[in-house]
Amino acid sequence: MAKVKKKVKTIKIDLDKCNGCRACEMICSAFHASPKYSSNNPARSRIRLIRDPIRDVYVPVYAGEYAPAECMGRDKYVIDGKEYDECGFCRASCPSRDLFKEPDSKLPLKCDMCESDPPEEKPLCVQWCITDALSYEEREEEVEEEEKQEDIDVAFESLVDKYGMEKVMDTMARKAKKD
Amino acid sequence: MRYAETGYNLEIDLTRGNIQRVETDPRLAELHLGGLGTNTKMLWDRVPPETDPLAPDNLLIFGTGLLCGTPAVGANRTIVTTYSPQTLLMGYSMMGGFFAPEMKYAGYDKLVFRGKSPNLVYIWINNDKVEIRDATHLHGKGAVETQELIKQELKEPNCHVAAIGLAGENQVYLASVEQGRSSASRLGIGAVMGSKGIKAIAVRGTKDVNVARPAELMKLCNDVLQYIKWREANPIPGVMTILQGLGSPQEMRTHDEKWHTESFMWGNARTRRRDFWNKEVEDKWRETQENVRTRLISCYNCPMKCGATISVPGIATYMMKCYSKLTYTMAAYSDLDFGFKIAQRATEYGVDGFSTPQVMAFALELHEKGILTDSDMSGMPSDTEGRFYWLLDRIVRREGIGDVLSKGTYWAAKEIGKGAEQYAHNNIKKHEQLPLKLGMLNPVYFLMYSTGEKINITQIEGQFPQEPYPTMEQREAFVKDWIQVPDEKFKQYFLDWEPRGEKSNPYYPTVEMTCEIVDWMEKMHYIDDALGVCAGLSSFPLKPPYHIHNYPALVSAATGIDLDEAGLTQIAKRNRTMLRAVNVRRGMRRSDEVPPEDHWKKRFPELEEKLLDEYYKFKGWDKEGIPTKESLQELELGYVAEDFEKRGIIKNG
Repeated sequence: MAKVKKKVKTIKIDLDKCNGCRACEMICSAFHASPKYSSNNPARSRIRLIRDPIRDVYVPVYAGEYAPAECMGRDKYVIDGKEYDECGFCRASCPSRDLFKEPDSKLPLKCDMCESDPPEEKPLCVQWCITDALSYEEREEEVEEEEKQEDIDVAFESLVDKYGMEKVMDTMARKAKKD
Repeated sequence: MRYAETGYNLEIDLTRGNIQRVETDPRLAELHLGGLGTNTKMLWDRVPPETDPLAPDNLLIFGTGLLCGTPAVGANRTIVTTYSPQTLLMGYSMMGGFFAPEMKYAGYDKLVFRGKSPNLVYIWINNDKVEIRDATHLHGKGAVETQELIKQELKEPNCHVAAIGLAGENQVYLASVEQGRSSASRLGIGAVMGSKGIKAIAVRGTKDVNVARPAELMKLCNDVLQYIKWREANPIPGVMTILQGLGSPQEMRTHDEKWHTESFMWGNARTRRRDFWNKEVEDKWRETQENVRTRLISCYNCPMKCGATISVPGIATYMMKCYSKLTYTMAAYSDLDFGFKIAQRATEYGVDGFSTPQVMAFALELHEKGILTDSDMSGMPSDTEGRFYWLLDRIVRREGIGDVLSKGTYWAAKEIGKGAEQYAHNNIKKHEQLPLKLGMLNPVYFLMYSTGEKINITQIEGQFPQEPYPTMEQREAFVKDWIQVPDEKFKQYFLDWEPRGEKSNPYYPTVEMTCEIVDWMEKMHYIDDALGVCAGLSSFPLKPPYHIHNYPALVSAATGIDLDEAGLTQIAKRNRTMLRAVNVRRGMRRSDEVPPEDHWKKRFPELEEKLLDEYYKFKGWDKEGIPTKESLQELELGYVAEDFEKRGIIKNG
């Protein structure tokens, strides 16, 4: 397995700077609406502010990978002496809770760093957080690149299913020439 | 599809327990936008002027602004409208926070309450599912405590709750509605909620709010956000700290209280302490504030941090904003530590932080003068701070003298008699005002105080500097990037305005200029209050991000309604005239439009009469301040003119 350098996109969260306004939730849901910005609804957002103002809890959490099973651990958090037994700070959407699921379809949501064409300079939640609780970071990381032949096979087959072998091969030939 | 608004109101009849989701007429948004505009229209249409504010027939309307729930920065205001038990006129009080956007996401533009529940209830609105639930177990609970208990009971940490405390339950005229970091405090809105038997309203919404022209709206919202960022980095020079930036006065952030403590009056709006602020006080107050302030916090979708979480050791945490840290402090001639402590109890009780301390200081003054006797005050401790706590408890529980005081200084003075009236000296239209007493009459402020129908100066002032700048260089620098003026002539008015001499108060700005300035300031407030945009980003601070030049495009892109500056101005005028009409029908006349007699030392009766005459004319009102038939018709309010004629308020033909 080869070690390769990879650009990792992350969002740094500074809880101390969060003012609890939830602009991140609003703009995330607006950006991912279709057509873009045509509606907004924090319940569709891929970032959620876990908030409990009286106990001064403000924790922005991003939607991560979908967890197909219910969590065995059910993490407990103690913050300022209060115990939280819900798994609210977990990044995953999972069968046991409503968080990070589309309200209508219940399909899982995941942060995509606002990948779009043309690309955004930073994810929208970062752009709208002018109190700087959220900041965008790109860093180079050495990761072990695992070649997942199986993944490539699946992707290739689905392309062939969709467009036919001839078109896929033509495209490949054309791309190869360009490079 | 409806844009920006949901197109539905929720109508709840508490007498019959009936709940209805009612589709609204899209034409209303074109005529009145939303929020205060459509609230006022509803009160006109549905509540006859003879209605007792605390009777079941009165409506209590929680209206969202038209832009609430859209990406428009700072559009989060809930406008609560009803007839006020204190002024007997239309009362509207507004709150920021998270309630209005949550209402929109739940699918409602307004919550409209009528009737009276036989026992204490709370309302649980979870998208389409709405329940009236028993709240007898919450009887007497604090307003902050109630919000927490309901969230736990519903197992819904993401719902937002507006609640009253004991003061609202007891229908104290000073009662507020508390919600998170915000509150609708003025004019006894909490008493009306209590009269209906509603302890709290909890809302959770997970639906979409749609906008008409997304790309266009996003660009405009981004411009606003970028301007805020720039403006925060570039405070306005030459004015006191709290007027330099955006937002409501940054009382939670700033420690420098020289201006408030030395310019505002202490006690029962009586004493100015010009040399109060010194190094020792500053150090002590800074320490106090930093020790109790846990975090600076915002309302929904707003980067400003006008509120704070306050945790005084040994007492429950609460949230505070703006000037209330000083109202109790100064009314009691005490210090900031006391202010933060008593405000906690006052917030749980749910009382207005402006009126309540004045009422207590008024009572102590009456006692000092022998008008209230020792037996009236029997059981009162001897130290000032103890007295304030004691009075607060009596007022909220309406025990003994507290029952009399619970109606505010105007009604209390009437009931007490024995010359008590002259101690209720700081009211306009029966409502307690900011404790300010000044020297020279300022014509702009004279008109704002006299005619403002929020009956609260902060809800009409803002765009035009409060005082002239001393040098021409400073003035020129100020007007250079003053893009918010509706017309270039306002820059000249400001450039020519001198602290002394011929072109100074009270004869400059001239009567004509004064009318224009006041009208501009008021217009911006009426637009904000219909859109639900916080005045702190628009009508209140100097050089705000929202103004008459960018608003029409914003509203258009969000709603799809075609709108230009003239159109938006016309709507603001319509809404403003409608509100006047509601109050005229309740009996308000020119004789009610007077600032406190002692507000300025130097008064100019002739000039003041002229100011009122000309301003009424400018507004399309007659000598009594009643909108004329012509001006009503011009605003598509012909039905108001007809009603006036039927009632003999204006002469037929």
